[in-house]
Amino acid sequence: MTAFFQAHLGLSYEWAWLLSTIAGILLIALPLMLGVAMIIYADRKIWAAMALRRGPNVVGPLGLLQSFADGLKVFLQETIVPTAANKGIFLIGPIVTFTVALLAWAVVPFNSGAILADINVGLLYVLAISSLGVYGMIMAGWASNSKYPFFSAMRASAQMISYEVSIGFILICVVLWAGSFNLGTIVAQQKGHVFGLLNGFGFNPLLFPMAVMFLISSMAETQRAPFDLAEAESELVAGYQTEYSSMAFALFWLGEYGNVLLMCALNATLFWGGYLPPLDLPFLYMVPGVVWLLIKIFVFFFIFSWVKATVPRYRYDQLMRLGWKVFLPVSLLFVVLVSGYLMATGHFA
Amino acid sequence: MIQLFAFYLFAALVVASGAMVITARNPVHSVLWLILAFFNAAGLMILIGAEFIAMLLVIVYVGAVAVLFLFVVMMLDIDFATLRAGFVKNFPLGLSIAAVLLAEMVFGFGAWSKGGIKLGVADGTAAPLAGASNIEAIGAVLYGRYLFLFESAGVVLLVAMIGAIVLTHRQRGDVKSQNISAQNARRPQDATINTQPEVGGGVKL
Repeated sequence: MTAFFQAHLGLSYEWAWLLSTIAGILLIALPLMLGVAMIIYADRKIWAAMALRRGPNVVGPLGLLQSFADGLKVFLQETIVPTAANKGIFLIGPIVTFTVALLAWAVVPFNSGAILADINVGLLYVLAISSLGVYGMIMAGWASNSKYPFFSAMRASAQMISYEVSIGFILICVVLWAGSFNLGTIVAQQKGHVFGLLNGFGFNPLLFPMAVMFLISSMAETQRAPFDLAEAESELVAGYQTEYSSMAFALFWLGEYGNVLLMCALNATLFWGGYLPPLDLPFLYMVPGVVWLLIKIFVFFFIFSWVKATVPRYRYDQLMRLGWKVFLPVSLLFVVLVSGYLMATGHFA
Repeated sequence: MIQLFAFYLFAALVVASGAMVITARNPVHSVLWLILAFFNAAGLMILIGAEFIAMLLVIVYVGAVAVLFLFVVMMLDIDFATLRAGFVKNFPLGLSIAAVLLAEMVFGFGAWSKGGIKLGVADGTAAPLAGASNIEAIGAVLYGRYLFLFESAGVVLLVAMIGAIVLTHRQRGDVKSQNISAQNARRPQDATINTQPEVGGGVKL
């Protein structure tokens, strides 16, 4: 895109780079916002269908405009800052959550070469950004100066740190096999991975358990049900969001769903071939890669919704046990197994 | 020009947030400023092309160490009046530490500007791989030339971790711990019985 701006607008390289980067950011962020609005609607519809309800069906045809109506509603509400709150941090909290949810999309490949920041530490960047996500919640919980939000912030941060450990080991297995931290290269390496036909590390028997664990860990990482202990309404009112109203609350909401979409995209990209079609057949490549990626993201989002609608919430000690005593040892074992297999078969030679 | 702008932006923010760390009245604010300083330092590292170190800085310091700081600072009930009362008494000590650090930096930069010191044998094994990315170069050096140093660092960390656990671990006899597999293996028929007692006969448990 930089070359396009240079050639057609006669700009110097630096200005063309700046303009094309801004255009790329807008090209990702604006559809993402629309996608978040529609995915909230989809979540409510799926959830309603599983509970034999109708879900939103009043605003617009089939209720499609429900999210926009909700957005307009919170936009017109008054922003209330509690008097005992630490005002600056109280307002920065939701902004951090929302920004971090957008940041990591910079390294997600939407098609071969269609990637905003094609850096060779892409996966580490994702890890770094997702470790930032916890700050929005800690800041909100602490600055609210209220007991339930504070408990919730403690729970959320302990939970996210615990699951990041096993996510790190799972990602190491993928990186070992792909031989790169660049997400574009990781996707390219999955082309015809199994029998030269199936595109995706997830079809590999050694990596399939990792794919399942990554899916579960990503639910824990995004505070989705059944791991939504940070906002367990029966214990903590609404968790760290309790004192928030209006747009500050909406930013949390958008950030949360933005993170869920990101985790779905990462599941698709790391284990199920990203923008590649599931089978390595020539006619499937006629469908653009971004369509395949969106289909995969939606499939994973459906799984997230399905789990949310059907699985009861974990107890906190069960959550910690799953993270530290089950996922951590198993993922460590698989790091050894995968690297041992790769060494034995001369993958690195 | 963009690089220059980015450098001055990051550098100014590092210095400013570093100053705010020690001047902020609230320790939680101090930690948050510290996080901003880490973040901008990572930006500076990206500018010199050390993207791997930059990402590690964010993952390790921002993602783990600073969260622990924040936890501790939030939970502690610190009285600042007593903390600040010792300022005049501790001022000479702080000043001398600052002087030592400044002197070290002056010496370091002076020596560096005169040319590097040959610490190892220049057999080429420690040189960065030509055309390799950060990760490959670091991996080649760390797991090749410095393998034993790297592993002994790992052993030192392991010893520290076990030491901390041993020092704080107490055996308590009165703890009821869960046996998860026994709980999961429990079926309804193990826990409940169906009986048809005679009227007034009661149930024997």
